[in-house]
Amino acid sequence: MSARTEPRWVRNLLITVALGFVGLFLVVPLVAVFWEGFAAGVKVYWDAISDPDALHAIWLTIFAMLISLGINGVAGVAAAWAIARFQFRGRSLLITLIDVPFSISPVVVGLLFVLLFGSSGWFGPWFKAQGIPVLYAVPAIVLATLFITFPFVVRELVPVMQAVGSEEEEAARVLGARGWHILWRITLPNVKWGLLYGLILCSARAIGEFGAVSIVSGHIPGKTATMPLHIELLYNDQSGAYQYNAAFACASVLTLMALVTLIAKAVVEWRVERKQRGDGIHA
Amino acid sequence: MSTRVLPGFRLSLGITLLWLGLIVMLPLAALAARAFGLSWGDLWRVWSDTRVLNALWLSFGIAAAAALANLCFGLLLAWVLVRYRFPGRRLVDALIDLPFALPTAVAGIALTSLYATTGWLGGPLHDWFGLDVAFTRLGIFIALVFVTLPFVVRTVQPVLENIPNEVEEAASSLGAGRWQVFRRVILPELVPALATGFALALARGVGEYGSVVFISGNLPNKTEILPQVIVGKLDQFKVGDATAIAVLMLLVSFVLLLAINLTQRWAQRRAAA
Repeated sequence: MSARTEPRWVRNLLITVALGFVGLFLVVPLVAVFWEGFAAGVKVYWDAISDPDALHAIWLTIFAMLISLGINGVAGVAAAWAIARFQFRGRSLLITLIDVPFSISPVVVGLLFVLLFGSSGWFGPWFKAQGIPVLYAVPAIVLATLFITFPFVVRELVPVMQAVGSEEEEAARVLGARGWHILWRITLPNVKWGLLYGLILCSARAIGEFGAVSIVSGHIPGKTATMPLHIELLYNDQSGAYQYNAAFACASVLTLMALVTLIAKAVVEWRVERKQRGDGIHA
Repeated sequence: MSTRVLPGFRLSLGITLLWLGLIVMLPLAALAARAFGLSWGDLWRVWSDTRVLNALWLSFGIAAAAALANLCFGLLLAWVLVRYRFPGRRLVDALIDLPFALPTAVAGIALTSLYATTGWLGGPLHDWFGLDVAFTRLGIFIALVFVTLPFVVRTVQPVLENIPNEVEEAASSLGAGRWQVFRRVILPELVPALATGFALALARGVGEYGSVVFISGNLPNKTEILPQVIVGKLDQFKVGDATAIAVLMLLVSFVLLLAINLTQRWAQRRAAA
C-alpha cells in the first residue's frame, strides 16, 4: 500500500493545486459566460437569443454540422473498414493523410478555400459563370467545416474496429452473409459506441469552428453568419447598449451545447468502461 | 490475410480516396500550386517582412511556453486523476475536455472579459500587482494554455493507468524513496506520452485563432500572431502574400514536429540500450 502512494500531505497538496488550476482555468470562464449573458437582465438575454439573425445563425450552424456528420460519418465508416480490415500498400500513408486537417491552422484552411473558389481560384470563375455563389456563401462554410471535422470519426473507429477483431464478420461471411448485412448486423452494432464518440467530437468541432469559417463566410448577418461569427459581430459592435451582453447570451447557448457534448461523451465512456468490465467477467 | 474473406475492400477504399481527395487533397493542391507560382522574390519579400517575422516568433514562442506550462499542469492533472480518489473526480475528469468542446470564440470573449482590467481576475491582477493580461502577450499565453490544456492530460492518462504495480513495488522494496521511484521508474515511462502531448499542444497553439484574436489586441509587431497576419492579408485581398505566410508557417511547424519526433525516438532508443 505505502509503496504506491505518497504521504498524506503531498497527496492533499497535489489535489489542491490541481483543483485550483481547473477552477481558475476551466470553471471561472464557464461561470463568466453565463454571468455576463444575464448581467443586463433576462429580457436582454431573451431578446438576444430570439433575434432573427441569431436564430438564423443557429440554423446555419446546425445545418453545417448535420452535413459534416452525414458525410464524414459515412465516409469515416468506409475508411475505417478499409484501414482496419485490410492490409494494402500505402495504408500508413493514408492514415497520415487523414490526420492532416488536425495539424493545419483553421486560418490556413480558410485560405485553401479562397484559393479554390476565389475570383482567381481554380473553380471560382466557373461557379461564378454558372451563377452559383460558393465563397462568402453557405457552400464554402459547409466545405470548410467538412475539412476541419474530417478525421474525427475515422480516428475513433479504427482502433475500436481493430480491438473488436474480424472473427465475427469472417464467420458471417463464411456462413453466406452479404456485405451490407455484415456491416449492419455485426460491424456497426459492435462499434456503435466508438462511432457515437467520433460523431460527438465531430459535432462539437463543427459547432465551434471559427477561424476557417470566418475567412470564407463574408460575415453577412442573417445570411452567412454562423453562431460563433454572430457572437463575434455582436461582441465587436459598439452601437447598441447591450450588444456586449447579447454576445455573451448567444455564447451561453453554445456553452450549453458544449456542456451537453461533454455529458454525452462522459456517458459513452462510462458505457464502454462498463461493457469492458462485463466482458472481463465473461472471459 | 493473403485471401480476403471480407468483402468491400475496393468500395470502401474507393469512397475513402474520393472523400480524402475532394475534401483534403484538392484544397492542399491548390495551396501548393499557388505557392509554386510565387517567385523567390515574392517569397523573400513576405518572409523577411519584420511584421511577419515578429508574428512568427511570437506565435511559436508563446505556443511553446503554453505547451510547456501544460506539460507541468497536464502531468499533475493526469497524476491526480489516475492515482487519487477525491469527491468530484469524475466531474473534473469530464471537465478536462471543455476546451475541446467549447467554441474557441466563446473561450476568447470569456477570457477577455475575465482578464480585462475591469474583469474578475484582470482587476485584482492590475490593482495589486500592476499586471495587465488582456491585450498583452500574457493574455495570448493564457488563451493558449486554455485551449491546449487537454492534450497532455489525455495522452499521459492512459499510460499512467497501465504502469503495472509490480514495477513500483519492486523499486520501493529495493529501498527507493517515493521521489526516486517517480523520477527513475515512472517518469521515463511517461516521456513518450509527454512528448506527444507537448507536440500536439504546440501544433494547436501555433495555429490557434479564435480564442486568441479577442484577447490579444492585435497590435502589429507586439501582440499580433501569425494567423492574424494571414487574416489581415486576406482582408486586403493579398492572397499571394497570405499563401507565402501559410507556407512559412507549415514549414516551421513541420520542422519542429519532426525535431520533436526525432528527439523522442532518440530518447527511446537510448532508454532501451
